[in-house]
Amino acid sequence: MNTVLRLPALKPAGLGLALAAALAVPLISDPGTASMAVFITMYVGLATAWNIMGGYTGYISLGHAAFFGFGAYTLGLFLVHLGIPAGYQPFLLVPVAGVLTALLAALIGWIALRTRAATFVIVTIAFMFMLQLLAENLVNLTGGGAGLGLPVPSWGGDFFAIPFYYAMLALAILGVTVSWVIRRSKFGLGLLAIRDDEDKALAVGVPTRAFKLAAFVISAALVGMIGGVYGYFITYIYPQFVVDPLIGISMVLMVFFGGLGTLSGPVLGAIVLEWSQLQFAYHFGASRLYLIFYAAVFLLVIRFLPQGVVPSIADLVARRRHGRAAGPPGPASDSAEPPTRIRPGLASP
Amino acid sequence: MSLLEIANLGKRFGGVVAVDNCSLSVATGSITGLIGPNGSGKTTVFNLVTGFIPRDRGDVVFKAQSIAGLPPDQIYGLGIGRTFQLARIFPRLTTLENMLVPVRRAGWRALLSQRQWSHEQDRAMDMLESMDISQVAGTLGGALSYGQRKLLELAAVMMARPELVLLDEPAGGVNPVLLERIADHIRQLNAQGVTFLLVEHNMGFVMKLCDEVVVLHQGRVIASGNPRDVRANPAVLDAYLGA
Amino acid sequence: MTLVLEAAVLGILTGGVYALMASGLTLIFGVMRIINVGQGALVILGAYLSFVLFRTWHVDPFLSLIVTMPVMFALGVVLQLIFIRPLTTDREALSVLVTYAIALGIEGILGYIFSTNYVQLRAWYETASFAIVDFHITYVYVFGFLLCLAILGALFLMLYRTTFGAAIRATMLNRTAAQLIGIDVDRVAALAFGIGMATAAAGGVVFGITNAFNPGSHYDLISRLLTIIVLGGLGSLRGAVIAALIMLVTEDITAVVVSPVWASFAFFVILVAVLIVRPQGLFGLRVRDRI
Repeated sequence: MNTVLRLPALKPAGLGLALAAALAVPLISDPGTASMAVFITMYVGLATAWNIMGGYTGYISLGHAAFFGFGAYTLGLFLVHLGIPAGYQPFLLVPVAGVLTALLAALIGWIALRTRAATFVIVTIAFMFMLQLLAENLVNLTGGGAGLGLPVPSWGGDFFAIPFYYAMLALAILGVTVSWVIRRSKFGLGLLAIRDDEDKALAVGVPTRAFKLAAFVISAALVGMIGGVYGYFITYIYPQFVVDPLIGISMVLMVFFGGLGTLSGPVLGAIVLEWSQLQFAYHFGASRLYLIFYAAVFLLVIRFLPQGVVPSIADLVARRRHGRAAGPPGPASDSAEPPTRIRPGLASP
Repeated sequence: MSLLEIANLGKRFGGVVAVDNCSLSVATGSITGLIGPNGSGKTTVFNLVTGFIPRDRGDVVFKAQSIAGLPPDQIYGLGIGRTFQLARIFPRLTTLENMLVPVRRAGWRALLSQRQWSHEQDRAMDMLESMDISQVAGTLGGALSYGQRKLLELAAVMMARPELVLLDEPAGGVNPVLLERIADHIRQLNAQGVTFLLVEHNMGFVMKLCDEVVVLHQGRVIASGNPRDVRANPAVLDAYLGA
Repeated sequence: MTLVLEAAVLGILTGGVYALMASGLTLIFGVMRIINVGQGALVILGAYLSFVLFRTWHVDPFLSLIVTMPVMFALGVVLQLIFIRPLTTDREALSVLVTYAIALGIEGILGYIFSTNYVQLRAWYETASFAIVDFHITYVYVFGFLLCLAILGALFLMLYRTTFGAAIRATMLNRTAAQLIGIDVDRVAALAFGIGMATAAAGGVVFGITNAFNPGSHYDLISRLLTIIVLGGLGSLRGAVIAALIMLVTEDITAVVVSPVWASFAFFVILVAVLIVRPQGLFGLRVRDRI
């Protein structure tokens, strides 16, 4: 069903082109666009990272904003309390924020993954608010509701967003690469098996709890690193703006829009939706009107494209190509042989 | 010599005794049938042996080692595979991917090793070939026919080379032609050294295939032995006729 | 000591309100196996409806329930029909997102109409209090508690004394079996969703009198309600009521003994402890549909 995205010659060329375009963005754009590009690449990374847990295993986390905020605070606290000057050194601490976020995720995952999917959703939400509360209450450490000021880099003006853009881009590429490697591995197959039928996966030896935990930790670590860069970018962090439920739900929406459990879906979803959201904010100001826009997109996508854009388009193209033969999986009849002989391979979107 | 030894196994669900002091053994290299009227506890025994539900008491010994209390994935890792009633496969994975899910030797290196991975894919294709379903290797599991799912489930369980396989109604809902094919596959695998314990309602299938039959009634073993003797046992007839 | 006692009494009184709000949530989960992340937003919507009636026609908040509960019930049925019923594949995951989207939509619309300034429902019983021995209790808590008790009582009566209630309980136990014996589970689901919304309206009034709220208040609320139903055990009405009382009493006592800023934290500490010891919650069955 995903033939369209597997045309062998097209893929490396397309990837190379996309990469070149991404690298060139700051050179050809004005400062306003560069800062927009920071947000878009940030969400490409976030959606891709979320998809490693939510898309592959089917365990929906609505609390990934907790890891985002934790990463931001970790980096911020390092800078403030260790007295690290602004400049390029703070970027070197981003992996440290990732490691610490991974540890937190391991702890949370250990507790939350004792339960099945329904409770997991709830626990992730609860943990997010718990973290928000901690950030507010540990005033001596985080500055509480008054916020935490980070050192401001000396490069200013038009150049300001550009280092952050490349940092976000590097993390987005890291995320996509990790996601791709996982999707191609036996580990990734185990995750998809959990999504389809967790008990059956257990019956064929998949250590489901360890797999889920690993996916959760990897996903959270990526989100934590992105949060770290974001915190440094905005230079002043408040509990409700980094541990923001809306950031958490945005990544989920982007993944669903693009295609849950696919590799390119989250990337596409993040680019389209974050770009629209920025346009929306630009034209209608900071009003929360875009919440209505978000809600509408969400409801429309789930109603009409429950698989997301990428798989739906892939389906459409495949159907064109094979006549009606290679349609989506339908209910199987007992006697019918499948209509087409499809090249054996892994269905990798 | 017995490969699997179940001793005094017991399980209640609320006030209902599902399995009551059940003891039985499966000889190495045998095809053993576990039969009994509906609700006699056959599937519960499977779920207890494979670690899906915790037992209340008793012990399960596999290759002279107690496996009671272990989680299902570890039990599979030790060499006990199982199928489910109504053939459970992963509907959103292709047939080939379904074959590659099983994990026998965990450990991250094995999971990420590229060489072993491609080796495994070759073996999966061979296995699909031997089950005559290699033509659907790239089809999503959800689009397979019921018969193909049955064969795929069996093939996938075999991927990790289990020594003992528990089959839950391998003949259930299957047409006579396919039934013969499934029986052949089981015989073939048995000849290669795989031991089978199967739950089945189709008595013709059981009588033809099994060397040994155990009869369960109300969670207890009421008879066991070779198929012909068991069929002639009056207690078995009573159980089935509801006396 | 008196302070602690007072906090405990207050905890029980507010616990009743949370029990009501959480009961709708757990009922919806029980019947449809979906987590209604929008319940918090619907409570806030209910509060705003009463707020409008109060501001425009000076309708007493409690009295306004005569209007808002049926309105919210109808809205619930409509939402269920339009957005939830069409979900066929992957219902559990998609329903979370649909209800989250509904919450965002409500937050956006309310924010557009009312701005994000905090408002509060006003009534004479909001500040007036009476004294028992040493401590003072504001009337609104007692009235709110009694109201919630009455509605919860009605809910239990309906569930355990009527045919429709039996149909709901059958659907909660086993959807397929309920269908087999001729229960129209789709209708049950729609009505249960409506009932859940009606309880949200009632909860919203009491919440709106005792708290200042704005369109974004639903985040805090939903995290508490979800925590309560997990603690009580998903789908258990009795569990939700008991969990709500435990949570709120603990919270109010923490506020007195430790500090008000850590009060909400006690909530989550209990949740974590329960998840470690008993992942299925106090009264829950393990959510494991099939083996």
